[in-house]
Amino acid sequence: MTDALTYLQGLFGAAWPLVWSMAKIVAIVAPLMLGVAYLTYAERKIIGYMQVRIGPNRVGPKGWLQPIADALKLLMKEIVLPTSANKGLFLLAPVLAIGPALAAWAVIPFSPELVLANIDASLLYIMAITSMGVYGIVLAGWASNSKYAFLGAMRASAQIVSYEIAMGFALVGVLMAAQSLNLVDIVKGQQGGVFSWYWLPLFPLFVVYLIAGVAETNRAPFDVVEGESEIVGFHVDYAGMAFAIFFLAEYANMILVSTMTALMFLGGWNPLFDFAPFTWIPGFVWLLAKVCFILFLFLWFRATFPRYRYDQIMRLGWKVFIPVTLVWILVVGAAMQTPYGHLFH
Amino acid sequence: MNKIKSFLSTYLLVELLKGLALTGRNLFARKITVQFPEERTPLSPRFRGLHALRRYPSGEERCIACKLCEAVCPALAITIESAQRDDGTRRTTRYDIDLTKCIFCGMCEEACPVDAIVETRIFDYHGEKRGDLIYTKEMLLAVGDKNEVQIAKDKAADAKYR
Repeated sequence: MTDALTYLQGLFGAAWPLVWSMAKIVAIVAPLMLGVAYLTYAERKIIGYMQVRIGPNRVGPKGWLQPIADALKLLMKEIVLPTSANKGLFLLAPVLAIGPALAAWAVIPFSPELVLANIDASLLYIMAITSMGVYGIVLAGWASNSKYAFLGAMRASAQIVSYEIAMGFALVGVLMAAQSLNLVDIVKGQQGGVFSWYWLPLFPLFVVYLIAGVAETNRAPFDVVEGESEIVGFHVDYAGMAFAIFFLAEYANMILVSTMTALMFLGGWNPLFDFAPFTWIPGFVWLLAKVCFILFLFLWFRATFPRYRYDQIMRLGWKVFIPVTLVWILVVGAAMQTPYGHLFH
Repeated sequence: MNKIKSFLSTYLLVELLKGLALTGRNLFARKITVQFPEERTPLSPRFRGLHALRRYPSGEERCIACKLCEAVCPALAITIESAQRDDGTRRTTRYDIDLTKCIFCGMCEEACPVDAIVETRIFDYHGEKRGDLIYTKEMLLAVGDKNEVQIAKDKAADAKYR
Protein backbone atom coordinates (compact mmCIF):
# COMPACT_ATOMS: atom_id res chain seq x y z
CA MET A 1 0.00 0.00 0.00
CA THR A 2 2.65 2.53 1.08
CA ASP A 3 4.92 1.37 -1.77
CA ALA A 4 2.17 2.03 -4.28
CA LEU A 5 1.55 5.46 -2.72
CA THR A 6 5.20 6.49 -2.91
CA TYR A 7 5.34 5.28 -6.52
CA LEU A 8 2.29 7.38 -7.42
CA GLN A 9 3.76 10.32 -5.52
CA GLY A 10 6.84 10.14 -7.69
CA LEU A 11 4.71 9.85 -10.80
CA PHE A 12 2.70 13.01 -10.16
CA GLY A 13 5.51 15.04 -8.59
CA ALA A 14 4.38 18.47 -7.45
CA ALA A 15 0.77 17.78 -8.40
CA TRP A 16 0.61 14.93 -5.87
CA PRO A 17 -1.16 16.75 -2.96
CA LEU A 18 -3.86 17.89 -5.38
CA VAL A 19 -4.28 14.43 -6.92
CA TRP A 20 -4.33 12.80 -3.49
CA SER A 21 -7.00 15.23 -2.21
CA MET A 22 -9.05 14.66 -5.33
CA ALA A 23 -8.82 10.91 -4.83
CA LYS A 24 -10.02 11.28 -1.26
CA ILE A 25 -12.89 13.55 -2.33
CA VAL A 26 -13.98 11.03 -4.94
CA ALA A 27 -13.75 8.31 -2.32
CA ILE A 28 -16.28 10.23 -0.22
CA VAL A 29 -18.56 11.65 -2.91
CA ALA A 30 -18.95 8.54 -5.06
CA PRO A 31 -20.34 6.33 -2.27
CA LEU A 32 -22.44 9.31 -1.15
CA MET A 33 -24.04 9.63 -4.57
CA LEU A 34 -24.68 5.90 -4.63
CA GLY A 35 -26.17 6.25 -1.16
CA VAL A 36 -28.44 9.02 -2.39
CA ALA A 37 -29.59 6.89 -5.32
CA TYR A 38 -30.44 3.96 -3.14
CA LEU A 39 -31.95 6.17 -0.46
CA THR A 40 -34.60 7.16 -3.02
CA TYR A 41 -35.18 3.48 -3.71
CA ALA A 42 -35.38 2.71 0.02
CA GLU A 43 -37.77 5.60 0.45
CA ARG A 44 -40.15 4.38 -2.21
CA LYS A 45 -39.97 0.81 -0.95
CA ILE A 46 -40.41 1.60 2.74
CA ILE A 47 -43.21 4.10 2.23
CA GLY A 48 -44.82 1.61 -0.13
CA TYR A 49 -44.61 -1.15 2.46
CA MET A 50 -46.09 1.12 5.11
CA GLN A 51 -48.99 1.80 2.77
CA VAL A 52 -49.44 -1.94 2.22
CA ARG A 53 -48.01 -1.66 -1.31
CA ILE A 54 -44.77 -3.16 -2.54
CA GLY A 55 -43.16 -0.18 -4.24
CA PRO A 56 -41.04 -0.24 -7.42
CA ASN A 57 -40.27 -3.81 -8.48
CA ARG A 58 -40.11 -3.79 -12.28
CA VAL A 59 -36.68 -2.43 -13.24
CA GLY A 60 -34.18 -5.16 -12.54
CA PRO A 61 -34.59 -7.85 -9.89
CA LYS A 62 -36.86 -6.52 -7.11
CA GLY A 63 -36.55 -3.07 -8.69
CA TRP A 64 -32.87 -2.70 -7.76
CA LEU A 65 -32.11 -0.79 -10.97
CA GLN A 66 -34.92 1.73 -10.46
CA PRO A 67 -32.63 4.56 -9.23
CA ILE A 68 -30.36 4.00 -12.25
CA ALA A 69 -33.36 4.23 -14.58
CA ASP A 70 -34.51 7.41 -12.81
CA ALA A 71 -31.07 8.96 -13.17
CA LEU A 72 -30.92 8.08 -16.88
CA LYS A 73 -34.36 9.58 -17.42
CA LEU A 74 -33.37 12.83 -15.72
CA LEU A 75 -30.09 12.97 -17.65
CA MET A 76 -31.85 12.69 -20.98
CA LYS A 77 -34.51 15.30 -20.28
CA GLU A 78 -34.21 18.85 -21.48
CA ILE A 79 -33.24 21.58 -19.04
CA VAL A 80 -35.98 24.12 -19.59
CA LEU A 81 -34.97 27.76 -19.18
CA PRO A 82 -38.03 29.92 -18.54
CA THR A 83 -37.97 33.01 -20.80
CA SER A 84 -38.41 35.46 -17.96
CA ALA A 85 -35.92 33.73 -15.69
CA ASN A 86 -32.59 35.23 -14.74
CA LYS A 87 -30.56 32.67 -16.71
CA GLY A 88 -27.26 32.95 -14.87
CA LEU A 89 -28.71 32.76 -11.38
CA PHE A 90 -31.20 30.13 -12.50
CA LEU A 91 -28.36 27.80 -13.40
CA LEU A 92 -26.18 28.88 -10.48
CA ALA A 93 -28.83 28.01 -7.88
CA PRO A 94 -28.57 24.20 -8.09
CA VAL A 95 -24.80 24.46 -7.83
CA LEU A 96 -25.15 26.60 -4.71
CA ALA A 97 -27.55 24.05 -3.28
CA ILE A 98 -25.37 21.01 -3.82
CA GLY A 99 -22.03 22.67 -3.05
CA PRO A 100 -22.56 23.01 0.72
CA ALA A 101 -24.32 19.63 0.89
CA LEU A 102 -21.12 18.00 -0.37
CA ALA A 103 -18.60 20.37 1.20
CA ALA A 104 -19.85 19.59 4.70
CA TRP A 105 -18.66 16.00 4.26
CA ALA A 106 -15.05 17.17 4.34
CA VAL A 107 -14.96 17.14 8.15
CA ILE A 108 -17.21 14.14 8.83
CA PRO A 109 -15.16 11.41 10.50
CA PHE A 110 -16.00 7.86 9.44
CA SER A 111 -13.66 6.34 12.00
CA PRO A 112 -11.06 7.81 14.40
CA GLU A 113 -8.53 7.99 11.53
CA LEU A 114 -10.74 8.16 8.47
CA VAL A 115 -11.54 11.84 8.02
CA LEU A 116 -10.66 14.13 5.13
CA ALA A 117 -9.95 17.20 7.27
CA ASN A 118 -9.67 16.68 11.03
CA ILE A 119 -10.02 20.33 12.00
CA ASP A 120 -10.64 21.59 15.53
CA ALA A 121 -13.79 23.57 14.80
CA SER A 122 -15.43 20.97 12.59
CA LEU A 123 -18.81 21.37 14.30
CA LEU A 124 -18.68 25.10 13.62
CA TYR A 125 -17.62 24.43 10.03
CA ILE A 126 -20.63 22.19 9.50
CA MET A 127 -23.01 24.73 11.02
CA ALA A 128 -21.58 27.42 8.75
CA ILE A 129 -21.52 25.40 5.57
CA THR A 130 -24.99 23.88 5.91
CA SER A 131 -26.44 27.35 6.44
CA MET A 132 -25.13 28.25 3.00
CA GLY A 133 -27.48 25.74 1.39
CA VAL A 134 -30.41 28.10 1.80
CA TYR A 135 -28.86 30.51 -0.71
CA GLY A 136 -29.33 27.97 -3.46
CA ILE A 137 -32.99 27.67 -2.58
CA VAL A 138 -33.61 31.42 -2.31
CA LEU A 139 -31.83 32.03 -5.61
CA ALA A 140 -33.75 29.25 -7.31
CA GLY A 141 -37.04 30.75 -6.19
CA TRP A 142 -36.05 34.24 -7.16
CA ALA A 143 -34.38 33.49 -10.49
CA SER A 144 -37.32 31.39 -11.71
CA ASN A 145 -39.42 34.57 -11.80
CA SER A 146 -42.51 32.59 -10.85
CA LYS A 147 -44.77 33.33 -7.91
CA TYR A 148 -44.99 29.72 -6.79
CA ALA A 149 -41.26 29.23 -6.85
CA PHE A 150 -40.83 32.50 -4.99
CA LEU A 151 -43.40 31.51 -2.37
CA GLY A 152 -41.62 28.18 -1.91
CA ALA A 153 -38.28 29.92 -1.55
CA MET A 154 -39.65 32.36 1.04
CA ARG A 155 -41.06 29.50 3.05
CA ALA A 156 -37.84 27.56 2.75
CA SER A 157 -35.64 30.38 3.89
CA ALA A 158 -37.89 31.28 6.84
CA GLN A 159 -38.11 27.65 7.88
CA ILE A 160 -34.42 26.86 7.53
CA VAL A 161 -33.35 30.03 9.33
CA SER A 162 -35.78 29.36 12.21
CA TYR A 163 -34.79 25.78 12.74
CA GLU A 164 -31.11 26.52 12.43
CA ILE A 165 -31.35 28.30 15.77
CA ALA A 166 -32.90 25.34 17.57
CA MET A 167 -30.37 23.08 15.89
CA GLY A 168 -27.53 25.36 16.94
CA PHE A 169 -28.70 25.32 20.55
CA ALA A 170 -28.95 21.54 20.47
CA LEU A 171 -25.33 21.48 19.32
CA VAL A 172 -24.35 23.82 22.14
CA GLY A 173 -25.50 21.10 24.52
CA VAL A 174 -23.32 18.58 22.72
CA LEU A 175 -20.24 20.72 22.84
CA MET A 176 -20.84 21.44 26.53
CA ALA A 177 -20.95 17.71 27.16
CA ALA A 178 -17.97 16.91 24.94
CA GLN A 179 -15.95 20.02 25.82
CA SER A 180 -14.86 20.12 22.19
CA LEU A 181 -15.90 21.34 18.76
CA ASN A 182 -13.97 18.59 17.05
CA LEU A 183 -16.22 15.81 15.79
CA VAL A 184 -13.61 13.11 16.41
CA ASP A 185 -13.29 14.24 20.03
CA ILE A 186 -17.06 14.43 20.39
CA VAL A 187 -17.37 10.80 19.35
CA LYS A 188 -14.42 9.80 21.52
CA GLY A 189 -16.20 11.42 24.45
CA GLN A 190 -19.00 8.91 24.02
CA GLN A 191 -16.86 5.80 24.45
CA GLY A 192 -18.56 2.94 26.25
CA GLY A 193 -21.92 1.34 25.64
CA VAL A 194 -25.24 2.74 24.58
CA PHE A 195 -25.68 4.48 27.96
CA SER A 196 -22.58 6.64 27.61
CA TRP A 197 -23.75 8.13 24.33
CA TYR A 198 -25.02 11.68 24.53
CA TRP A 199 -28.60 10.87 23.60
CA LEU A 200 -29.32 9.94 27.21
CA PRO A 201 -28.12 13.00 29.15
CA LEU A 202 -29.12 15.29 26.28
CA PHE A 203 -32.36 13.51 25.40
CA PRO A 204 -34.49 16.63 24.79
CA LEU A 205 -31.71 18.07 22.64
CA PHE A 206 -31.47 14.79 20.74
CA VAL A 207 -35.20 14.86 19.95
CA VAL A 208 -35.09 18.53 19.02
CA TYR A 209 -32.04 18.01 16.82
CA LEU A 210 -33.66 15.08 15.04
CA ILE A 211 -36.92 16.94 14.37
CA ALA A 212 -35.13 20.16 13.47
CA GLY A 213 -33.00 18.07 11.12
CA VAL A 214 -36.14 16.89 9.36
CA ALA A 215 -37.28 20.52 9.11
CA GLU A 216 -33.84 21.69 7.94
CA THR A 217 -33.83 19.27 5.05
CA ASN A 218 -37.42 20.24 4.14
CA ARG A 219 -38.65 16.72 4.54
CA ALA A 220 -42.18 15.64 5.41
CA PRO A 221 -43.95 16.63 7.66
CA PHE A 222 -42.15 19.96 7.25
CA ASP A 223 -42.20 19.95 3.45
CA VAL A 224 -44.38 23.03 2.89
CA VAL A 225 -41.47 24.22 0.77
CA GLU A 226 -42.19 21.56 -1.82
CA GLY A 227 -45.80 20.78 -0.91
CA GLU A 228 -46.44 18.70 -4.04
CA SER A 229 -50.17 19.10 -3.68
CA GLU A 230 -50.10 22.88 -3.24
CA ILE A 231 -47.29 24.98 -4.64
CA VAL A 232 -44.63 22.45 -5.74
CA GLY A 233 -42.06 24.86 -4.39
CA PHE A 234 -38.85 26.61 -5.27
CA HIS A 235 -37.95 24.13 -8.01
CA VAL A 236 -41.21 24.22 -10.01
CA ASP A 237 -39.44 25.59 -13.05
CA TYR A 238 -36.52 23.19 -12.95
CA ALA A 239 -36.41 20.14 -15.17
CA GLY A 240 -33.97 17.39 -16.05
CA MET A 241 -30.53 17.46 -14.51
CA ALA A 242 -31.00 20.91 -12.92
CA PHE A 243 -33.87 19.46 -10.91
CA ALA A 244 -31.92 16.30 -10.23
CA ILE A 245 -29.17 18.36 -8.59
CA PHE A 246 -31.64 19.89 -6.13
CA PHE A 247 -32.87 16.39 -5.49
CA LEU A 248 -29.33 15.15 -4.88
CA ALA A 249 -28.71 18.08 -2.53
CA GLU A 250 -31.84 17.33 -0.52
CA TYR A 251 -30.93 13.68 -0.09
CA ALA A 252 -27.25 14.40 0.55
CA ASN A 253 -28.40 16.78 3.29
CA MET A 254 -30.62 14.08 4.71
CA ILE A 255 -27.68 11.70 4.91
CA LEU A 256 -25.55 14.48 6.37
CA VAL A 257 -28.04 15.29 9.12
CA SER A 258 -28.40 11.60 9.90
CA THR A 259 -24.65 11.19 10.10
CA MET A 260 -24.36 14.22 12.35
CA THR A 261 -27.06 12.83 14.64
CA ALA A 262 -25.28 9.48 14.73
CA LEU A 263 -21.94 11.13 15.51
CA MET A 264 -23.16 13.54 18.15
CA PHE A 265 -25.91 11.67 19.94
CA LEU A 266 -25.60 8.00 19.04
CA GLY A 267 -21.91 7.47 19.66
CA GLY A 268 -20.70 7.47 16.05
CA TRP A 269 -18.53 4.42 15.46
CA ASN A 270 -18.75 3.20 19.07
CA PRO A 271 -20.37 -0.23 19.35
CA LEU A 272 -23.74 -0.68 21.03
CA PHE A 273 -22.17 -2.40 24.04
CA ASP A 274 -18.53 -2.20 24.98
CA PHE A 275 -17.83 -5.93 25.08
CA ALA A 276 -17.51 -8.86 22.66
CA PRO A 277 -19.14 -9.79 20.33
CA PHE A 278 -20.20 -6.18 19.70
CA THR A 279 -16.62 -4.92 19.61
CA TRP A 280 -15.74 -7.38 16.82
CA ILE A 281 -17.84 -5.44 14.33
CA PRO A 282 -15.73 -2.64 12.80
CA GLY A 283 -16.59 0.92 13.82
CA PHE A 284 -17.48 1.97 10.31
CA VAL A 285 -20.25 -0.62 10.19
CA TRP A 286 -21.65 0.70 13.46
CA LEU A 287 -21.70 4.23 12.09
CA LEU A 288 -23.37 3.06 8.89
CA ALA A 289 -25.99 1.14 10.85
CA LYS A 290 -26.80 4.17 12.98
CA VAL A 291 -27.03 6.44 9.94
CA CYS A 292 -29.34 3.94 8.24
CA PHE A 293 -31.50 3.78 11.36
CA ILE A 294 -31.95 7.56 11.41
CA LEU A 295 -32.60 7.67 7.68
CA PHE A 296 -35.25 5.02 8.25
CA LEU A 297 -36.80 7.34 10.84
CA PHE A 298 -36.90 10.11 8.21
CA LEU A 299 -38.81 7.84 5.85
CA TRP A 300 -41.00 6.57 8.66
CA PHE A 301 -41.96 10.15 9.56
CA ARG A 302 -42.79 10.86 5.95
CA ALA A 303 -45.06 7.82 5.74
CA THR A 304 -46.82 8.71 8.98
CA PHE A 305 -47.35 12.42 9.49
CA PRO A 306 -49.51 14.82 7.51
CA ARG A 307 -47.88 18.07 6.46
CA TYR A 308 -47.65 20.82 9.06
CA ARG A 309 -49.45 24.06 8.41
CA TYR A 310 -46.99 26.88 7.83
CA ASP A 311 -47.80 28.85 10.98
CA GLN A 312 -47.60 25.66 13.02
CA ILE A 313 -44.08 25.09 11.77
CA MET A 314 -43.09 28.55 12.88
CA ARG A 315 -44.80 28.06 16.24
CA LEU A 316 -43.03 24.76 16.81
CA GLY A 317 -39.67 26.21 15.88
CA TRP A 318 -39.81 29.42 17.88
CA LYS A 319 -42.15 28.69 20.77
CA VAL A 320 -41.33 25.07 21.53
CA PHE A 321 -37.91 24.03 20.28
CA ILE A 322 -35.94 27.12 21.19
CA PRO A 323 -37.30 27.28 24.79
CA VAL A 324 -36.81 23.53 25.24
CA THR A 325 -33.21 23.65 24.08
CA LEU A 326 -32.46 26.75 26.17
CA VAL A 327 -33.91 25.16 29.31
CA TRP A 328 -31.94 21.98 28.77
CA ILE A 329 -28.71 23.88 28.16
CA LEU A 330 -29.30 25.56 31.52
CA VAL A 331 -30.00 22.18 33.13
CA VAL A 332 -26.82 20.70 31.68
CA GLY A 333 -24.79 23.75 32.62
CA ALA A 334 -26.11 23.74 36.19
CA ALA A 335 -25.75 20.00 36.57
CA MET A 336 -22.11 20.14 35.52
CA GLN A 337 -21.37 22.26 38.61
CA THR A 338 -22.85 19.63 40.93
CA PRO A 339 -21.20 16.37 42.06
CA TYR A 340 -23.32 14.60 39.40
CA GLY A 341 -21.64 16.52 36.60
CA HIS A 342 -19.86 13.43 35.29
CA LEU A 343 -23.24 12.06 34.14
CA PHE A 344 -23.32 14.80 31.55
CA HIS A 345 -19.85 14.22 30.16
CA MET B 1 -54.77 18.12 36.25
CA ASN B 2 -56.00 18.10 32.69
CA LYS B 3 -53.50 20.78 31.85
CA ILE B 4 -50.64 18.67 33.16
CA LYS B 5 -51.96 15.69 31.25
CA SER B 6 -52.14 17.55 27.96
CA PHE B 7 -48.73 19.13 28.59
CA LEU B 8 -47.21 15.73 29.14
CA SER B 9 -48.90 14.15 26.15
CA THR B 10 -47.74 17.04 23.98
CA TYR B 11 -44.13 16.99 25.10
CA LEU B 12 -43.85 13.22 25.22
CA LEU B 13 -45.18 13.14 21.62
CA VAL B 14 -47.78 10.54 22.60
CA GLU B 15 -49.99 10.93 19.56
CA LEU B 16 -47.07 11.08 17.16
CA LEU B 17 -45.71 7.84 18.60
CA LYS B 18 -49.13 6.23 18.21
CA GLY B 19 -49.12 7.22 14.55
CA LEU B 20 -45.62 5.84 14.10
CA ALA B 21 -46.72 2.58 15.72
CA LEU B 22 -49.56 2.27 13.24
CA THR B 23 -47.38 2.75 10.16
CA GLY B 24 -44.72 0.60 11.80
CA ARG B 25 -47.21 -2.27 12.08
CA ASN B 26 -48.25 -1.79 8.47
CA LEU B 27 -44.63 -2.10 7.37
CA PHE B 28 -44.91 -5.80 8.22
CA ALA B 29 -48.50 -6.27 7.11
CA ARG B 30 -49.22 -8.67 4.25
CA LYS B 31 -49.02 -6.82 0.93
CA ILE B 32 -52.13 -7.10 -1.21
CA THR B 33 -50.82 -5.67 -4.47
CA VAL B 34 -51.81 -7.70 -7.53
CA GLN B 35 -48.98 -7.88 -10.08
CA PHE B 36 -51.28 -7.02 -12.96
CA PRO B 37 -50.09 -8.48 -16.23
CA GLU B 38 -48.92 -11.67 -14.50
CA GLU B 39 -51.64 -11.88 -11.89
CA ARG B 40 -55.27 -10.95 -12.41
CA THR B 41 -58.15 -10.48 -10.04
CA PRO B 42 -61.10 -12.84 -10.60
CA LEU B 43 -63.84 -11.52 -12.93
CA SER B 44 -67.57 -12.20 -12.83
CA PRO B 45 -69.32 -13.83 -15.82
CA ARG B 46 -71.35 -10.62 -15.89
CA PHE B 47 -68.23 -8.49 -16.33
CA ARG B 48 -68.84 -5.71 -18.85
CA GLY B 49 -65.72 -5.12 -20.90
CA LEU B 50 -64.97 -4.83 -24.60
CA HIS B 51 -67.91 -5.56 -26.91
CA ALA B 52 -68.14 -8.46 -29.32
CA LEU B 53 -70.54 -9.55 -32.04
CA ARG B 54 -71.34 -13.25 -31.95
CA ARG B 55 -72.09 -15.83 -34.63
CA TYR B 56 -74.21 -18.95 -34.64
CA PRO B 57 -72.30 -22.25 -34.70
CA SER B 58 -73.05 -22.38 -38.43
CA GLY B 59 -70.93 -19.29 -38.92
CA GLU B 60 -73.89 -17.06 -39.65
CA GLU B 61 -73.79 -13.74 -37.81
CA ARG B 62 -76.47 -13.38 -35.17
CA CYS B 63 -77.22 -9.68 -35.62
CA ILE B 64 -80.49 -9.01 -37.48
CA ALA B 65 -80.12 -5.22 -37.57
CA CYS B 66 -83.16 -4.60 -35.36
CA LYS B 67 -81.34 -1.52 -33.99
CA LEU B 68 -82.68 -2.01 -30.46
CA CYS B 69 -79.18 -1.60 -29.08
CA GLU B 70 -78.70 1.61 -31.00
CA ALA B 71 -82.02 2.87 -29.63
CA VAL B 72 -81.31 1.92 -26.01
CA CYS B 73 -77.72 3.13 -25.92
CA PRO B 74 -77.69 6.04 -23.42
CA ALA B 75 -74.36 7.35 -24.67
CA LEU B 76 -75.31 7.18 -28.38
CA ALA B 77 -72.17 5.17 -28.96
CA ILE B 78 -73.66 2.69 -31.44
CA THR B 79 -74.23 3.47 -35.13
CA ILE B 80 -76.01 0.94 -37.35
CA GLU B 81 -76.86 0.93 -41.06
CA SER B 82 -78.67 -2.00 -42.60
CA ALA B 83 -79.63 -3.42 -45.98
CA GLN B 84 -81.24 -6.52 -47.45
CA ARG B 85 -78.73 -9.23 -48.23
CA ASP B 86 -78.91 -11.30 -51.47
CA ASP B 87 -80.65 -14.18 -49.64
CA GLY B 88 -83.41 -11.78 -48.56
CA THR B 89 -82.41 -11.50 -44.89
CA ARG B 90 -81.95 -8.18 -43.17
CA ARG B 91 -78.31 -7.56 -42.11
CA THR B 92 -76.18 -4.70 -40.93
CA THR B 93 -73.87 -3.05 -43.42
CA ARG B 94 -72.32 -0.98 -40.68
CA TYR B 95 -72.10 -1.61 -36.95
CA ASP B 96 -69.80 0.86 -35.17
CA ILE B 97 -69.30 1.24 -31.45
CA ASP B 98 -67.44 4.31 -30.34
CA LEU B 99 -65.69 2.99 -27.24
CA THR B 100 -64.67 6.50 -26.25
CA LYS B 101 -68.38 7.29 -25.83
CA CYS B 102 -69.46 3.94 -24.43
CA ILE B 103 -70.16 3.89 -20.68
CA PHE B 104 -70.20 0.08 -20.45
CA CYS B 105 -73.70 -0.04 -18.99
CA GLY B 106 -74.54 -3.31 -20.71
CA MET B 107 -77.93 -2.15 -21.96
CA CYS B 108 -77.16 -3.08 -25.58
CA GLU B 109 -76.50 -6.59 -24.39
CA GLU B 110 -79.80 -6.70 -22.49
CA ALA B 111 -81.76 -5.22 -25.40
CA CYS B 112 -80.46 -7.71 -27.96
CA PRO B 113 -83.14 -10.32 -28.82
CA VAL B 114 -80.62 -12.71 -30.42
CA ASP B 115 -77.65 -12.35 -28.03
CA ALA B 116 -75.60 -10.88 -30.87
CA ILE B 117 -73.95 -7.95 -29.12
CA VAL B 118 -72.27 -8.95 -25.86
CA GLU B 119 -69.72 -7.50 -23.52
CA THR B 120 -66.69 -9.68 -22.87
CA ARG B 121 -64.22 -9.93 -19.99
CA ILE B 122 -61.57 -8.06 -22.00
CA PHE B 123 -60.70 -4.77 -20.34
CA ASP B 124 -57.04 -4.25 -21.24
CA TYR B 125 -57.22 -2.99 -24.80
CA HIS B 126 -55.96 0.31 -26.11
CA GLY B 127 -55.80 2.63 -29.08
CA GLU B 128 -52.69 4.39 -30.29
CA LYS B 129 -54.18 7.10 -32.48
CA ARG B 130 -57.45 8.94 -32.82
CA GLY B 131 -60.19 6.66 -34.07
CA ASP B 132 -58.53 3.46 -32.91
CA LEU B 133 -61.26 3.00 -30.33
CA ILE B 134 -64.11 3.22 -32.85
CA TYR B 135 -64.75 -0.49 -33.34
CA THR B 136 -66.29 -1.50 -36.67
CA LYS B 137 -68.39 -4.54 -37.45
CA GLU B 138 -65.41 -6.55 -38.66
CA MET B 139 -63.43 -5.79 -35.51
CA LEU B 140 -66.36 -6.67 -33.25
CA LEU B 141 -66.98 -9.93 -35.12
CA ALA B 142 -63.28 -10.74 -34.84
CA VAL B 143 -63.41 -10.21 -31.07
CA GLY B 144 -66.44 -12.49 -30.95
CA ASP B 145 -64.79 -15.21 -33.04
CA LYS B 146 -61.68 -15.13 -30.92
CA ASN B 147 -63.47 -15.35 -27.57
CA GLU B 148 -66.57 -17.38 -28.44
CA VAL B 149 -65.74 -20.20 -26.01
CA GLN B 150 -65.46 -17.86 -23.03
CA ILE B 151 -68.50 -15.81 -24.13
CA ALA B 152 -70.69 -18.90 -24.49
CA LYS B 153 -69.60 -20.12 -21.05
CA ASP B 154 -70.34 -16.76 -19.43
CA LYS B 155 -73.76 -16.52 -21.07
CA ALA B 156 -74.62 -20.05 -19.97
CA ALA B 157 -73.56 -19.28 -16.41
CA ASP B 158 -75.72 -16.19 -16.28
CA ALA B 159 -78.70 -17.54 -18.29
CA LYS B 160 -80.70 -18.85 -15.33
CA TYR B 161 -80.82 -15.38 -13.75
CA ARG B 162 -82.15 -13.66 -16.85
